[in-house]
Amino acid sequence: MNQTKWNHLKQELFSSKPGIAALCLLIVLMLGAIFAFLSPYDPNLMNAGKPFSTPDGSHWFGTDDYGRDYFARALYGGRVSLLVGFASMVMATAIGVAVGVISGYFGGWIDSLLMRALDVISSIPSFLVLLLLSVFLKPSVGNIIVIIALLMWMNVARIVRAETMSIKEREYVLYARASGQGAGGMILLHIIPGLIPVIIVGATNNIASAIMMESSLSFLGFGVQPPNATWGSMLNSAQGYIAQAPYLALFPGLLILLTVLSFNVLGDILRVGLEPKLDRR
Amino acid sequence: MTERLLSVDNLKVSFATRDGDNQAVRGISFHIDKGETLGIVGESGSGKSVTARSIMSLISSPGRITDGSIQFRGQDCLTWSEKEWRKLRGNRISMIFQDPMTSLNPLKRIGQQLTEVLRRHRGLDRQQANNEAERLLREVGISDAKTRLRQYPHEFSGGMRQRVMIAMALSCQPDLLIADEPTTALDATIQAQILDLFKNLKQYSDTSIALITHDLGVVAQVCTRVIVMYGGLIMEEGRVEDIFYRPQHPYTKGLLGSLPQRGSGSRERLVPIEGTPPNLLAPPSGCPFAERCPQAFARCAEMPPIVETEKGHYSMCWLSHQAATADNHDLTSEGVEHNE
Amino acid sequence: MRQMIIRRLLQTIPLLFFVSIVCFAMIKLAPGDPVLSFVTPNMHADDIERIRHNLGLDRPAYIQYLLWLKQLLQGDLGYSLVNHQPVLGQIIDRLPATAGLMGSAILIAVLLAIPLGLIAGANRNRWIDKIINLIAYIGISVPLFWLAILLIYIFAIKLSLLPSMGMRTIGEESIGDVLRHGILPCSVLAFGFLAGYVRYIRSSTIGQLKEDYVQIQYAFGSNKWTILFRHVIKHVLLPIITLLGMSMGDLVAGAIVTETVFSWPGIGSLGMTAVRGMDYPIIMGITLFSSLLLILGNLAADILYAIVDPRMKVKG
Repeated sequence: MNQTKWNHLKQELFSSKPGIAALCLLIVLMLGAIFAFLSPYDPNLMNAGKPFSTPDGSHWFGTDDYGRDYFARALYGGRVSLLVGFASMVMATAIGVAVGVISGYFGGWIDSLLMRALDVISSIPSFLVLLLLSVFLKPSVGNIIVIIALLMWMNVARIVRAETMSIKEREYVLYARASGQGAGGMILLHIIPGLIPVIIVGATNNIASAIMMESSLSFLGFGVQPPNATWGSMLNSAQGYIAQAPYLALFPGLLILLTVLSFNVLGDILRVGLEPKLDRR
Repeated sequence: MTERLLSVDNLKVSFATRDGDNQAVRGISFHIDKGETLGIVGESGSGKSVTARSIMSLISSPGRITDGSIQFRGQDCLTWSEKEWRKLRGNRISMIFQDPMTSLNPLKRIGQQLTEVLRRHRGLDRQQANNEAERLLREVGISDAKTRLRQYPHEFSGGMRQRVMIAMALSCQPDLLIADEPTTALDATIQAQILDLFKNLKQYSDTSIALITHDLGVVAQVCTRVIVMYGGLIMEEGRVEDIFYRPQHPYTKGLLGSLPQRGSGSRERLVPIEGTPPNLLAPPSGCPFAERCPQAFARCAEMPPIVETEKGHYSMCWLSHQAATADNHDLTSEGVEHNE
Repeated sequence: MRQMIIRRLLQTIPLLFFVSIVCFAMIKLAPGDPVLSFVTPNMHADDIERIRHNLGLDRPAYIQYLLWLKQLLQGDLGYSLVNHQPVLGQIIDRLPATAGLMGSAILIAVLLAIPLGLIAGANRNRWIDKIINLIAYIGISVPLFWLAILLIYIFAIKLSLLPSMGMRTIGEESIGDVLRHGILPCSVLAFGFLAGYVRYIRSSTIGQLKEDYVQIQYAFGSNKWTILFRHVIKHVLLPIITLLGMSMGDLVAGAIVTETVFSWPGIGSLGMTAVRGMDYPIIMGITLFSSLLLILGNLAADILYAIVDPRMKVKG
């Protein structure tokens, strides 16, 4: 990872309007999640306003069936959604990088074994497993993070493995190995730094899918449990009042869409920016 | 009297990149007559392939022709619409490319690819096109043509694929065949076979050929006239004999010096040209070769003029200019010989 | 090529074996005693032990696994803990609804994605590409259940044009009725698939257009459309076979959320009900069934690919 690469990345990011928009949006959403406590209403306070009052100056997103301030709920919901997204991403990336590097660096039977295991896990429809595990385990935020991470690391592992195999053959790495560097040092000093671009891209895309998985799970009622809300579980309850109060369904969904969209846009820009050859003629 | 087929005047082509305009071709003029074989020689990045593509109007974004004119049979081509161009490409002007391994669509049979061109340009029906394709393959030396037509590119060797490409390029008896490094990707023996095909073509048809190569050996075998390109400009132009026996430009001399000489008794040393080609994002305002030229002097910081050193032999160099002005004082001297 | 197919078949067998082990392990690890579902309040402890023995639950795990595998191979996936019906029968009952819904969604998605992806790729960075690309971005980022809710609100509640739930109006037995019920869920699913396919086709079109053979086609007087629909399309369609193979796994499980929102009586809803009721045999049955479909789908795709791609015939 050298200076020019970062510069290309910066150039790529700041010369693209969607990229800037995505970045700004995510910053706003994150600030909203972090400073949610500044909101004038308690998200779980019932009858903060009349139930089902439509959005207005005092309740920006209106109020829900219990008269709770929907904007405050959305802020706190975003906190959980983003937290789950980030935490699962970190975990999944860690597992994926570990498996991928080991598999790609050592090759041989270790590689075959790990890749066959990967095939098996990928052959089982993940969402079903997700549901199943969330029934086995108690649906707490921590458990959900772990479950989602366990279902997402395979992609990272595949990419990292391929990249490791190519880095391994580069001359400076071969040289370092010839000069007697041990496996641990090789991986930490020479392989991992070269992997950073693919890891960043993989991680960005993984946040997007983690947020999506969490919201689907919560929407089905297997995610984070009440009274805590996430955008997904807010949609779950909004579904029942769709005829009376469609705005209850509108806001959380829009927030999920925008968040996931931003991460996807950023992921693509990062991919182009970190591999300038992709766009060079 | 020879008929002028193509003339290019002050052609400039540049490519927009992240870091500015890459001026691949910076104002070149040359012509091709009917029936002649012109060699365009230069290192990679000298602008020779870009020139070839410009002749077929195949420069696509981010590249564009910024200045100059191209005339084909007396008509100004740059004003033609894309539709008019399509009628010409593969028909009156056709092109062969460097890498025969990637030139053909791997998922279509050879026959389909050949007949597609025949049907488009010559309006043949399926049966006629098939027969014609078979004849063309035989003509370029592919035996068992009938079976071969039903095969896919991967079932052909590199040399065979280049023969197919040549058959395809010749299918409409074009006026001009542009061959962009047609033998570079091939083994030496195959190279010789393909060059023989070109020699035959020269002998038995009046198709003009523009042969682009970095290999002066290839030029010596088949070309009648040569232009030498460097840094997006033409350094020297002349008949093959002029260029090989009386090179004027230091760059041409350098190229000849780096060529292994056959049959010259003792093993001559290859003299590589030092340095790297100029950066075309910000090309030098003077002679592009000055930086690497062993004979460079102060004046080379200015763009040198093009000097006709003998009939049809041009050199873009201050040395030639000096020699020519010196000669002007003594117009009675016959040839314009330069010795070092 | 025959060798390649045989090799792929041989690879599939251990894969299936390991998947079955994972599924078996999950059943074993599931909380709750399966015997309890056979127990009635007035049973004696001896009776319970006898049931346990009859079910083979007192024997070592690997024997239990082999017995389970034997049943599995005979098509016996066990019985639902809730309604005591055979699992396989229930899955097969629900299969047409899901297969019909997913099949038509995938078909529509592919048919739309091919021209859209090709056009977007061929007009890279022009306005038409930007529009198609934006739609595709939204498609991969939108929560499908939310899209479903919005469509229900607009088309079923506000406009009263389409039904929002189920597959049939009670008392009506016409294909038209089923189709009307299918429009919304099918659109939602098709949109989801479409986005992924379009992005894939777009990027592979962009890649193909840079290939030499395309440039050379221009040099032989082809126009953009000829190149796109006569030359590039083949290269773009081949990988779609693989894509479709991968979709086979979704065929069953991918519709869980959408089927739930629309109460579509397919395998997804069956799975959802089973999860809610802790009906492990059903969940396992569906998991196994969709794993099998996914593995066989990939296998079929690879074989088909080998047959269609002329380059594979030589490599073997």
